[in-house]
Amino acid sequence: MTNDQLKEKINGWISGLEFPENKQYLEVVVPAESLLKLARLLRETPETAFDYLFCLSGVDYGKQLGVVYHLESTTHNHALVLKVKTDDRVNPNFDTVCGLWRTAEWHEREIFDLLGIKFNNHPDMRRLFLDDEWVGYPLRKDYKDDINIIER
Amino acid sequence: MEEIFQDIIIKKSDDYIINMGPQHPSTHGVLRFELCLLGETVKYIIPHCGYIHRGIEKMCEKNTYQQIIHLTDRFDYLSAHMNNEAVCLAVENALEVEVPERVKYIRTILAELNRIASHQLWWCAFGMDLGALTTFFYGLRDREPILDIFEESFGSRLLHSFNCPGGLMHDVHPNFQKKIKDFIKYFRKILPEYDQLLTGNIIFQQRSIGMGILSKEDAISYGVTGPSGRGSGFKCDVRKHHPYSAYSKVDFKEILYTEGDTFARYKARIDEMWESLNILEQLVDNMPAGDYTVKMKPIIKLPAGDYFQRVETARGELGCYIVSDGNKNPLRVKFRTPNFSNLFIINKLASGNKIADLVAISGSLDLVIPDIDR
Repeated sequence: MTNDQLKEKINGWISGLEFPENKQYLEVVVPAESLLKLARLLRETPETAFDYLFCLSGVDYGKQLGVVYHLESTTHNHALVLKVKTDDRVNPNFDTVCGLWRTAEWHEREIFDLLGIKFNNHPDMRRLFLDDEWVGYPLRKDYKDDINIIER
Repeated sequence: MEEIFQDIIIKKSDDYIINMGPQHPSTHGVLRFELCLLGETVKYIIPHCGYIHRGIEKMCEKNTYQQIIHLTDRFDYLSAHMNNEAVCLAVENALEVEVPERVKYIRTILAELNRIASHQLWWCAFGMDLGALTTFFYGLRDREPILDIFEESFGSRLLHSFNCPGGLMHDVHPNFQKKIKDFIKYFRKILPEYDQLLTGNIIFQQRSIGMGILSKEDAISYGVTGPSGRGSGFKCDVRKHHPYSAYSKVDFKEILYTEGDTFARYKARIDEMWESLNILEQLVDNMPAGDYTVKMKPIIKLPAGDYFQRVETARGELGCYIVSDGNKNPLRVKFRTPNFSNLFIINKLASGNKIADLVAISGSLDLVIPDIDR
């Protein structure tokens, strides 16, 4: 499918989504509540068949926190970027997609560890790299560590 | 959804748990496996990582794009060149800079040399994991000429930092082409010996054929890429499907096996060494003359936006995701490293097998621990 066809397909499922400009991939910003619905449709519809999640990143945009899903279909060779954002910095949470793409389980644990974004229904929501007693989430922009991070 | 969750580990209070690592020689680095055993059979494996987490992604946010390159060497240190290349290509594509042809050729040649050196080290360590000590000497001996080529051209043998946005730090040594041609001639003669020494060995075959079978669907779902994924028939070669540098100009095969066992992953890597030699042969005589770099501004600022670059390292697909807000430092850099995704398949592959087979299976995944922890 070309990017325009994909856009049409997604608009047919969920209307009113935002498609920001991106030179490389088609990009979709999806509200948190319809993330799992869209992800499932993208994964399970035979025409889209996004079966390979090749990157899952958490981003701290300053005010907002977000998660970015890079998806590819190994049968149709098209790619898509899915973005979900939240203003809630105290208790940010999204639905997990690790039932659709198993690799997401550990990527989500890493994001929880470093950015403090919780994933609902995740089977094992623990820190991955840092100690369980670690205070704070290091990849956040407002993280302070007077000993290990020297501000220049 | 439930059937996909079948492999989720449920701990019980009477499980017999032992730790393998973090200082165990067969994990090739500081990685700890929490093994639940039933006699000698492994029930489940929980990998514990983070022993050498250095926060490279956090450091990237405080550094400029030229400085980031020196950090990227340090995750998969055996494919240092490809890691550098990922950041350089991402920055160049974002700025729409076209690098000279010569740079593309040299980058591709170095990437393939690096790939051979990495597979040699994997081969010799894998043999040693299974008790074949001789392979270790063979592998390290043949790796030496490649490291000499690296040393002569850019001073360091392992961590190159030879790329910079816009090209290379300096031109290669005048002996570069001659030495590579010598190496190709030498290694074409030596490589069949690898097969004689290990591939045909009956003990080795019994321990690897039919062990740790990974299906194609699992490989895609778990994101297992590189030779490990291609051993299961997952067409994931970034060089072929999303060509960068000079890969679109060379003719090479994507190595695919469909068995998905330890032996298929082994064969995929051996065949990749042959394929890398083919690529080198096509490039080394056609290296165009010209500049080794284009002039870039001393302070690089990427326009605000997202940039993604995929490259094929020796272990699989490396993704470099840069989010820029227009400053000289990136807002966020995420590295999708191949080993991070490859590691977590281990529970699925090795549970139900013996501990000794766990060593063979984790060896066939070719894990480099700093690449997992970053």
